[in-house]
Amino acid sequence: MSTPAIPTNTKWWNGGRSPFNASYGKVMMWYFLMSDAFTFGAFLISYATLRFSLNGWVDANHVFNAFPFFGHQDLPLAFVSLMTFILIASSVTMVLAVHEGHKMNRKGVEKYMILTIIGGLAFLACQAWEWTHLLTGEHFVLNADGAIGALNTTVSHNPWGHFVDHDAVVKAMQVTSPEVLRDMVMEHDHSATLASLEHLSKAELISKIDLNAVHVAHVGPPSFGSYFFGITGFHGFHVFSGVAINGIMLAKTRLGHFDQRGHYEMIEKAGLYWHFVDLVWVFVFLCFYLI
Amino acid sequence: MSEHGVSSTEISVPHEHGAGTGRIWKIFRLLSFITLVELALGFGLAKQWYGEPESHHTAILIVKGFMCILSLAKAFYIVSVFMHLGDEIRNLIMTIVVPLCLFIWFIAAFLWDGNSWLNLKNTNAGSRPAQTEQHQPAIEKDKKP
Repeated sequence: MSTPAIPTNTKWWNGGRSPFNASYGKVMMWYFLMSDAFTFGAFLISYATLRFSLNGWVDANHVFNAFPFFGHQDLPLAFVSLMTFILIASSVTMVLAVHEGHKMNRKGVEKYMILTIIGGLAFLACQAWEWTHLLTGEHFVLNADGAIGALNTTVSHNPWGHFVDHDAVVKAMQVTSPEVLRDMVMEHDHSATLASLEHLSKAELISKIDLNAVHVAHVGPPSFGSYFFGITGFHGFHVFSGVAINGIMLAKTRLGHFDQRGHYEMIEKAGLYWHFVDLVWVFVFLCFYLI
Repeated sequence: MSEHGVSSTEISVPHEHGAGTGRIWKIFRLLSFITLVELALGFGLAKQWYGEPESHHTAILIVKGFMCILSLAKAFYIVSVFMHLGDEIRNLIMTIVVPLCLFIWFIAAFLWDGNSWLNLKNTNAGSRPAQTEQHQPAIEKDKKP
């Protein structure tokens, strides 16, 4: 708390001055962020309530274990750590932009605003990749009809339940369609192709499946996808609008609007919003990836 | 009034901006360190999942609680230093922080609700007394009366 010496007994509430010692716009930005915190809080608490009411959930280390260009390697939480560090780093460049603004250094503000925007775009790109990976990646699940099927992660599909044990998988393979069995072979045998497997009988296909390499899971609670895509999407929308606001601020800086105005307070307000986005990510990260 | 000419009736005491960027980088290192600790704990939890999660129930809850505390610490540093709320006067700090105390009720009440829902599901306590049909609860290993 480096608040400079305030004369003792300053009568903040006697009128003639802001009782908050801050401009109207900045106080209102704080109130907006407070209300937004309750919106995000309500989403996350709703998610937590639902999760508390269920006997099983998904294991984040299992769901989020992929990294671009690393194929099928098991790298739990690596990609989301990268996203977290990108957001923390862009928060730092934002606070440095605010700092340069206090010094009325236009070049410095421009430099750090550009870095902040790059950080925001990098985060959005990461999120786009993560969503695509979840939406397109199919995983083997034991369906209600007793057969094995392939399921991707959407707002209504969740292939991330607990693994089915070997005996049950062996039983389920008997009633599984040849198409899915072929996919199960190709999952671990990368030399196999659709053409080479086409003429094989069901029993031959089953004999080629290595159950230590192919995992079949129970269907998980469908609410996982709805909450994950809903909340990270709402956060991603905030990042997107933050990037847009920062872009406008960069343009206004370049045009010299803040130099004419004599202060860079707009950068501070945009900064408050941007830090809030980082703040929300701390809790999204906690609720979806860590616990 | 203010050194940057922000409307004078609004800001009576100019904010002190002379400090260097040292504190910002210090907080950046601190946030990164806390995140790494959280990730290490997260990997620790991963090992429990496919083993016997029930046998480590309390330990897992403690680790998760610790991660929540670490996240709150991160939130405190972001708000206090990056958002400069710590540099504002007490009136502004209080008008933001006091309403946020509603979250204490919000979280406690709803998690309680979720937990009660789980109990109803697992123990059949929610079924109507007149019902003659016996439902077999899905998971009832250690929750039999």
